[in-house]
Amino acid sequence: MAASGRKAVSRKHREARGQDGTKVVLATTGEGPNKVVDRKLKGRMKREGALDREAAKNAAGVEFWLNTHDHGELAPENELEKTWRLKQEEVASLVEVGAASKRFDLKLEDHGPYACNYSRDGRWLLLGGKRGHLAMLDWQRHKVVCEVQVKEAVRDVCFLHNSVFFAAAQKKQVYVYDKRGIEVHCMKEHRDVEKLTFLPQHFLLASVGAQGILRYQDTSTGEIVAMHRTKLGPCKAMCRNPFNGVVLCGHAGGTITMWSPNMTVPLVKMLCHRGPVNSLAVDQSGRYLVTIGSDKQMKVWDVRTYKLLHAYFCSAPAKSVEISQRGLVGISWGSRVQVWKDALHVKAKAPYMNHQQDSGYIRQVSFCPYEDVLGIGHERGFSSILVPGAGEPNYDSFVANPYQTRKERREHEVHALLDKLQPDTIVLNPQAVGNLKLDPKEIVAQKKQEQRAAIQSRTTKQREKNEAKNKMKGKNKPTKRHRKKQMNVIRDQKEALQELVKRKDRDNRESKIGEDVPSSLKRFY
Amino acid sequence: MKVKVINRVEARETCERKGDLKQVRRNLNPELHPFERAIEYTRALNAAKLERVFAKPFVAALEGHTDGINCLARNPKRLNSLISGSASGELFLWDVPERRTIYNYVGHKRAVRAVTVSECGSLCFSCGDEGVVKMWRVPHAPLGGVTQTVDHTAVAEFTSDQVLRGIDHHYERSLFATAGEKVDVWDHERSTPVHSFVWGADSVESVRFNPVESDIFTSCGNDRSIALYDIRSGTPLHKLVMQTKTNSIAWNPIEAFNFTCANEDCCLYTYDMRRLDIAKNVHKDHVSAVLDVDYSPTGREFVSGSYDRSIRIFKYDGGHSRDVYHTKRMQRVFGVRYSGDGSYVFSASDDMNVRIWKAKASQKMGTLLPREKSKQSYNAALVKRYGHMPEIKRITRHRHLPKSIYKTKQLRTTVMESERKKQRNRIKHSAPGSIQPKPQRKKKIVTRLE
Repeated sequence: MAASGRKAVSRKHREARGQDGTKVVLATTGEGPNKVVDRKLKGRMKREGALDREAAKNAAGVEFWLNTHDHGELAPENELEKTWRLKQEEVASLVEVGAASKRFDLKLEDHGPYACNYSRDGRWLLLGGKRGHLAMLDWQRHKVVCEVQVKEAVRDVCFLHNSVFFAAAQKKQVYVYDKRGIEVHCMKEHRDVEKLTFLPQHFLLASVGAQGILRYQDTSTGEIVAMHRTKLGPCKAMCRNPFNGVVLCGHAGGTITMWSPNMTVPLVKMLCHRGPVNSLAVDQSGRYLVTIGSDKQMKVWDVRTYKLLHAYFCSAPAKSVEISQRGLVGISWGSRVQVWKDALHVKAKAPYMNHQQDSGYIRQVSFCPYEDVLGIGHERGFSSILVPGAGEPNYDSFVANPYQTRKERREHEVHALLDKLQPDTIVLNPQAVGNLKLDPKEIVAQKKQEQRAAIQSRTTKQREKNEAKNKMKGKNKPTKRHRKKQMNVIRDQKEALQELVKRKDRDNRESKIGEDVPSSLKRFY
Repeated sequence: MKVKVINRVEARETCERKGDLKQVRRNLNPELHPFERAIEYTRALNAAKLERVFAKPFVAALEGHTDGINCLARNPKRLNSLISGSASGELFLWDVPERRTIYNYVGHKRAVRAVTVSECGSLCFSCGDEGVVKMWRVPHAPLGGVTQTVDHTAVAEFTSDQVLRGIDHHYERSLFATAGEKVDVWDHERSTPVHSFVWGADSVESVRFNPVESDIFTSCGNDRSIALYDIRSGTPLHKLVMQTKTNSIAWNPIEAFNFTCANEDCCLYTYDMRRLDIAKNVHKDHVSAVLDVDYSPTGREFVSGSYDRSIRIFKYDGGHSRDVYHTKRMQRVFGVRYSGDGSYVFSASDDMNVRIWKAKASQKMGTLLPREKSKQSYNAALVKRYGHMPEIKRITRHRHLPKSIYKTKQLRTTVMESERKKQRNRIKHSAPGSIQPKPQRKKKIVTRLE
């Protein structure tokens, strides 16, 4: 029995072998062409499915050769060594000189506390001080690109589509500066903004603030795409989901809302905390949401099911949270920074790293993409600390290249504009683009239910008829008697039971596969 | 404690020396490439738009005839030559890339009805209303050499006692067939026909040899028939009678058992010569009689010219046309031919012009750079993949039609819809099974004779 079960599973899954010899099992796409009636379409879908699988297989094959850099890590040599005891000085003393130079402090006593933002390739750093100090740095080369004193409060800063332009949320309005520090635009529609975020594929700048109004502005055409009243009061926490472009806002009542420019009401609204939500972050795969609240909790949510996965206790209400490319969670409260590893899909027992910043309270923590660095904007300036294993070691030159030349940057800008997505592609499931629209699940279930009920009523009617004895000629023929008997066999539960067995079978299968899979194949699980 | 931190050396990531190629790094992790589907869709939409922007199919018009052009023939051995015959008895040999006549074949006193080129590519045969087949010599079309047109007289003449409507040359031997009141097969060396086929009393419109099984040929005639003949047995094989007349036939050069016929009822029908009781495909879209049809050498597409002043390109298995070409000045199209490399289409029309069109309206002609080539194939693949999306479908399907065709098309749709409705009602109100609707592919077939 077990053997036959295994056979059935192996028939349904295709095998692939990575270049390093690891065996990979590819799941079939499930609701595939089998359900399509049109024969031409069915054939086409089959071919395209095969192409997709082939591409994924090839990607898995070459991943080993392409990803030449290893990710950083902290490896304790015995059980007594704890990673969370390690101090920054020790880390810096144990790594190469080049890496150690990425740990530095900027003492900017009079202008803090600072908000910070790294560019998407991790090369540029933007600082915005509460007292009006704006600076853009080439931080790895320790060079200042531009510095402005705007003489009013800067609440948030954010890079636009490349390192040439950046937006700053100031006291009243949002301004756009170029990399020479010259004010390019003043966006008067964005009033009293607290948080800014930029959707690079859509060229949308989203802002939210004291008015509680979420505004989307297209930075390529300049028009306001959408303006949504959250109706939940002033909003101080916002982030974007990098997987689907949905913007998340955290509110004072403990709720968070998810927004797309196409809907005037939130796509999702969930109660996450007792008390205000202080900050929130979504990981790169778009699966996990981390929220921190004034109730001293850090909570991890599954964005697909909107269910709570884990809750962590902080000794004080945390102020800022950020998730790194490789899934490390950094949070800060007071002058303390904590980094958690493997805290999303399982519940971690202890923090990965601890750091005490002796320079006033921390306003914002921010992981640098493609580097093992965490930036801390605090009351007396900005500090950069080393967090091994935070960043993705292998960058893609066509996505974000830290060593981009000017010519490449210009070319990239043109391509990005050609591939610019319309705001209506912001939906909860971005893979739905180009799919055939089937009946919604509820309607399918309803139809099935109706069908079942009809069969049920027919059989019961027949049964009742059979029960009523009707002594007439021809009613006692052997065939008629047999048919009557068949009708009395009770099969009402059969379909439901069959479905149950099927579901159990599927669950069993799903629990077995999906470990040790290259990252390019993960979407099949 | 072992500590490892990402530490890239810039020189190694970019180029170490000045002349080195820049390093390109890829990471195929899908998390770094979000919105993959949406970006692809956007690219597909742009590709579909660009395709329509660049759709300029008209290349050139060959002027020179003084009356409507009746027939076209291309040389099977040369890409650059084309022969056209007109209703005033002119017969021109064209140098297509130079867009000028090389030879003016003098001799026909009345309209030239059909022309064909021999399998060797050095002789051509024309016939017309005076009932004489004339054999002409075809030179190599010089590339930019001779500038003036040379008059040329016939090499030989084959006298028939009837008005000839069609002619076609055998693909392997020195034989050709003519269509008049009967179908005759001639040899280059003899002045009388080798074979004569008579089946029925009415006159025959056109003949076409099979390119692969070369002794088999078809004819279509005024008695609404399509007949198949075999030279080896010397007898007609099959005959198919349809409701309306067939004007022209073309064999698929790759699947040589299939042929497509251009019918008077605005449709084209593809038949399998082994199964004549049902058409393989009905190709609709013309709004007036289809006058000529010719297959692309790849066998995947064919072009048809119609009395509605348009030419259309169909996929060999497509029920509707892939593209439609028309100009304000183009009149009734009497002849169409694909070029030998399948990238151009020629049309001969009543307005005394031979027109050259691109077979793919938006194709860039000439040598492409490798990057251009890959970009174009990527775009084509994208449009194919997302072609079912309403926005893209609308763009790729849209064709501007002249008002006359547009209106007639609407009218025809209304007529067909009402017929369909009537049939539906008839079935609904009759005894179940008493009315068997005939499939579209069988509807026009009257009888099949052996």
